[in-house]
Amino acid sequence: MDTHAPLYRDTDLVLSVESVTKSFDGFKAINDLNFYLGEGELRTIIGPNGAGKSTFMDLITGRTRPDEGTLTYHQADGHDIDLTKLEEYEINRLGIARKFQTPSVYNHHSVYDNFVLSLNRNRGVFPSLFYRETKEDKEEIEAVMELTRLDEKRDDMAGSLSHGQKQWLEIGMLLAQKPRILLIDEPAAGMSDEETDRTAELLISLKGEQSIMVVEHDMVFVRQIAERVTVLHRGHVLKEGSFSDVASDPTVKEVYLGRSKHD
Amino acid sequence: MKRFFPIDSKSEGLTLGLILFFVLLMPLLNGLVPDGSAFHVSSFQLSVWGKYLCYAILAMSLNMLWGYTGLLCLGHCLFFALGGYAFGMYLMLMIGELGAYKSTLPDFMVFLGYNELPLHWKPFYSPVVAVLAVFLVPGIVAFVFGLLAFRSRIKGVYFSILTQALTYAAALLFFRNDFTFGGNNGFTDFKYIFGADIRSEGTARGLFLASGFMLLAVYWLIAWMLQTKFGKVQKAIRDSENRVRFSGYSTTHFKVFIFVLSAMIAGMAGALYVPQSGIINPGEMWPTKGLDIVVWVAVGGRGTKIGPIIGAVLVNLLKSWSTKAYPDTWLIILGCLFVFVVLFMPNGIVGLWAQGKDLWQRRKGAGITEPEEAAA
Repeated sequence: MDTHAPLYRDTDLVLSVESVTKSFDGFKAINDLNFYLGEGELRTIIGPNGAGKSTFMDLITGRTRPDEGTLTYHQADGHDIDLTKLEEYEINRLGIARKFQTPSVYNHHSVYDNFVLSLNRNRGVFPSLFYRETKEDKEEIEAVMELTRLDEKRDDMAGSLSHGQKQWLEIGMLLAQKPRILLIDEPAAGMSDEETDRTAELLISLKGEQSIMVVEHDMVFVRQIAERVTVLHRGHVLKEGSFSDVASDPTVKEVYLGRSKHD
Repeated sequence: MKRFFPIDSKSEGLTLGLILFFVLLMPLLNGLVPDGSAFHVSSFQLSVWGKYLCYAILAMSLNMLWGYTGLLCLGHCLFFALGGYAFGMYLMLMIGELGAYKSTLPDFMVFLGYNELPLHWKPFYSPVVAVLAVFLVPGIVAFVFGLLAFRSRIKGVYFSILTQALTYAAALLFFRNDFTFGGNNGFTDFKYIFGADIRSEGTARGLFLASGFMLLAVYWLIAWMLQTKFGKVQKAIRDSENRVRFSGYSTTHFKVFIFVLSAMIAGMAGALYVPQSGIINPGEMWPTKGLDIVVWVAVGGRGTKIGPIIGAVLVNLLKSWSTKAYPDTWLIILGCLFVFVVLFMPNGIVGLWAQGKDLWQRRKGAGITEPEEAAA
C-alpha cells in the first residue's frame, strides 16, 4: 500500500520511521507508521485529537519505545543510529531537541541561566560541577537571546515571563542546543496574533539549517509556515503533501472536521 | 573570589560569622570560665549543643535533596544511623576489657554467647577503616537504592514512601540480636575515642569543635555547589525534570550523585553524634526519626542555606524544653507546629521576613490592585 516514501529522494534524510506500531492497553496509538524527514525540511504535522501526534514525538525522543518497527537517525557523517535503544538524554545529545506542548522552562532560574543550562556542552555530573562559562558560551547565549527577543529580560526569573515569552524562551533553549532536528509541539498555543506571526517568521528563518517538525492545531498558523504537511489519523499517515493539497483532500476534511459518517 | 567564597549577602556572611563565633566561644566558656560562674558551660551542655550541631548537619543534608532537588527522603535517619553504627563499632572495640564481662568482645556479644569477634567487625579496630566506613556504608546503600529507584523513574510521593519503607526494614533488621549489632540495645558505654577518655572535658570540647567545623564545611560545600552549573541543574530537576532530561542531562546520574553525597554527609553527622550522645540503637532509624528531620527543614526554611540549621536547633530546643515542662505533649506540639508551618509559613522561619514584606506591600497596594482583580 502507500508507504509514504520521501518525495525528494535527492535530499538527504535525517530521520526514518518505518512500520512503527505502539499500543497502550490494546489501543493502537501508532499503527504501522511510516515517516521520513529530510535535511533542512520544515514539516508540519496535523491531525485530530488522539491521532497519535504526541505519542509519535515520544517515540522519536525515547520517552516511549515502539512495539514494532524502526526509528533511525541519520547522522551528518553518514552513520545510522537506532533510536529505540537510547535514553532521552542520549537522543538529545545526538541533536534531537524537543519543545513540549505546555511551555516547560526552569521557573526559578533567570532567563540567562535557562540558556546556560541549554548549551550543548559536556552535560555529565562532574563537568557540570567544574564548568566555567567561556566567552564563546556567552556569545552564543547573547545571540539566542537576541533572536528570541529576550535580551531585556535576561535577569528576570523565567517564571515571571508571559505565556508567549515562555514559549519563545523554550524555543530559544532548543536553539541553544544547536540541534539538527527540532520537534516543536504547538508553538502558537496561547500566543497573541503578533507573537504567532513572529513565531512563524522565526521557524521559516530556521528552515534549511535545521530540520523542523511542528505539531500544530491552529490552521492559520499552519498555513503561514506549512511547506509539507503530514496528516495523522488513528496513528497512521492519512495524507502527506502541500498545504493546499492536504486542505482540499476530502478524507482529510472528513476526519478533521469530524463529519465522519457513522462511527 | 566569589567562586570560592560563595556568600550571597552581607546578612548571610554575618550569620555565618555568628555561627563561627558560637562554635569557638562555647568550648572557651567550658574550658576557661570557672565552674561556679554564670557563664560556665558544663561538658554536658556542650555535648547537648554538639548534638544539635549534628542534627543541623543532618537537616542540611536532607535539604540538599528535598529543598534543592525536590526529592523528599523520609528515610534520611537511616544514613545518619548507619554512619553512627559504623563509628560506634570502632568505639565498642576501643572499650577493650573494660566492659562488664571483662572480655575483649563487646558486652552484648558475650551476653549472646559469641566466642570470637565476627569477621566484619575485625577491620573496625582501625580508626581509619571506621572513618572510611562512616562515609562508604551510607554511600553504598544510597547508591544501590538510588540507582534502582531513579532508573525506574520512581519519584514524588512514591520515592518518599519507599525511603520510609527502607529505613523501617533496616530498623527491624537492626533490632534483631543475631544481626551482630547489639539488637535493640545497640551500642553504649563507650570509653575511649582516638586514645582519649570519651568522658573528659577535653574530648567534649574536641567533639563540639569538630561538629561545628564540619557544619561550616558542609555549609561551604553546599553553597559552592549551588553556584556551579551542577547546582543549577539540581534546581532545574526540581522545577522541570523532563526539560532537563530533554536537554541532554542524565537526570538519573545527577540524582544518584546528590543522593549519595547527601547520605554520606548524613552518615558523617551520625558518626559525630554517637560519641556525644554516648549511645546508638535502632531507634535512631525508626521512621518517626526520618519525619523529624523533615519537620526541622520545613520549620527552618526548605530550599534555603541557613534554614535547616535554624530549624534543627530551634525544634530540638523546643523539644528539650517541652519534654521537661510537658512530658506527654511533645508529639502533639510537634504535630501542631508542622501543620502550622505547612499552612502559614511555606518558606519557614527564614521566609518570614520576605513573607511579612510581601503582606505589607499587598496591604499598601490593596487600593490599586483590587479593582483590577475585580475586572479580571
